[in-house]
Amino acid sequence: MSSDDKKERAISDAGLGASVFTHKMVRLEDGLLLECGDNLAPLDVAYCTYGTLSPARDNAIFICHALTGDQYVAEQNPLTGKPGWWARMVGPGKPIDTDRFFVICSNVLGGCLGTTGPTSVREETGAAWDSDFPQITMKDIVAAQVKLIDHLGIGRLFAVVGGSMGGMQALTWIAHHSERVFAAMPIATSPYHSAQNIAFNEVSRQAIFADPEWHKGRYRDYGAIPARGLGVARMMAHITYLSEDALNRKFGRRVRKAGVSSDAFLFGEMFEVESYLRHQGSTFVRRFDANSYLTITRAMDYFDLSADHDGDLSAPFQNCLTRICVVSFSSDWLFPTTQSRTLVRALSRAGANVSFVEIESDRGHDAFLLDEPEFDRTVRGFLDGAAEHAGLRRGQG
Amino acid sequence: MRVDQQLIAEMITPGSRILDVGSGDGTLIDYLYRTRKCDARGIELDMQSVTQSVAHGLPVVHGDADHDLAHYPDDTFDFVVLQRTLQAVERPQEVLRQMLRIGRHAIVSFPNFGHWRLRLQLLTTGRMPMTPVWSTPWHQTPNIHPCTIRDFVALCEEEHYTIRQWLAIDEDGAKAPWRRSVRWANLFGEQALFLLSRQ
Repeated sequence: MSSDDKKERAISDAGLGASVFTHKMVRLEDGLLLECGDNLAPLDVAYCTYGTLSPARDNAIFICHALTGDQYVAEQNPLTGKPGWWARMVGPGKPIDTDRFFVICSNVLGGCLGTTGPTSVREETGAAWDSDFPQITMKDIVAAQVKLIDHLGIGRLFAVVGGSMGGMQALTWIAHHSERVFAAMPIATSPYHSAQNIAFNEVSRQAIFADPEWHKGRYRDYGAIPARGLGVARMMAHITYLSEDALNRKFGRRVRKAGVSSDAFLFGEMFEVESYLRHQGSTFVRRFDANSYLTITRAMDYFDLSADHDGDLSAPFQNCLTRICVVSFSSDWLFPTTQSRTLVRALSRAGANVSFVEIESDRGHDAFLLDEPEFDRTVRGFLDGAAEHAGLRRGQG
Repeated sequence: MRVDQQLIAEMITPGSRILDVGSGDGTLIDYLYRTRKCDARGIELDMQSVTQSVAHGLPVVHGDADHDLAHYPDDTFDFVVLQRTLQAVERPQEVLRQMLRIGRHAIVSFPNFGHWRLRLQLLTTGRMPMTPVWSTPWHQTPNIHPCTIRDFVALCEEEHYTIRQWLAIDEDGAKAPWRRSVRWANLFGEQALFLLSRQ
């Protein structure tokens, strides 16, 4: 058995609900009352922490992960064996310095890495939720995080930091729990999900629905995974995370010739960019559940901070005391700078203390996960400045 | 810190809320926060300066005087500062209105186009003057709305602003001794600094 086969096995086990890994988690028996009216009980929240909580419990930073991210922000992901997704940003001496701050990251509600989601066992039935998992919103996702910090005995977070969908969560924190957040960094994000982004999500979902292994969401009952559909969804989404320049630089028009006859090669050839996307698609299905993907993308689609305020985007931020730093990336066309500027102006209208930086980068939306020294300096500097205003001592923890 | 920034800082009440429009590298807001305990924020057009400021922990937004002041509510600030920028904005009158809408006071500094050296050059050469203060040729200068000290005083009267304090300063930022007479200041002051409020 090759090591790849072993990995497949472990992953398909995970996909079928019998997770072979134990994630650190807390079970909250009271559960969570969702916006849709359902009470999700019990509520499991899987999370990781780094650094030490100060005696005053005032140095906690909550990191919110993106759509397909997870709680393994700065350590090896036990499922993929890959390093933490933001290990370059979070750690001792890093811009989000765990020698100084107590960092928390939890798997989002609806996710598939330990927090209650479609793959979790439903108490009433003893079977997984699968496609019966209730519709959740960004507010619900953050409400689960609030329950976690309550459990950890943290009254006020020093900061909430998140990119992309993580930024939506950071914005939800300051819109609904401003008094519990001293500083926030919404990165490469938007105060509402645009029609274009809903459209992309819809194509992803339709790819999953079109897979014969989808079985109307009951694929687990058939011992199947809609791997092709989920893979195509990931491939398409992955293009939106990059930029034309990044793709050109990385792959150009380079072609591979088929060594042996294979269906994977059209007319005996494959562009390198095709091979890359297929790899992205196939590795993704080993670590992500299709129902989770649908649940979370739908929560993103519903996200619009102005929805409860007759379209007034500044209303949710009235009396907001949080120090905010909005960051966008010049080549990000999924969450473009124009949307960040709209957000910044809404925050200014509300009189909020806001900073706004657009980082020059040609790497598209994913730039926030990559090596961008200007971005690192911004994160470190903003947090240092905020720590000074919060009266946090240097080098505590 | 430049001497004219020091003069601006002296006009500002400790503990007040400040918006510095065109905050550059953030020197003034940093100074106001550290020494005057002000809640000082900035708007800056140059992205490198913005990043530099934010990386120093200063609250600075990327934006400009013409387009971003309109988004702040009335009376958000005690002082709104515009350093050496009025002559380069698209609509100076509107920028001043916005400054005095969102702030109780406006502090404005600008290079004086009425200085004798400029007048003399235009008179004797018949060409657009070039001086250390006005150092770029007419076709390259971002200074699209130059004005003299008397022009500015006239605009303040027209808009019913109260001039609480004013100074003529030379290029190094030192105070020039023309405080009593606007006419003399207009002839010999290279730059001007005004503290305005609504009537």
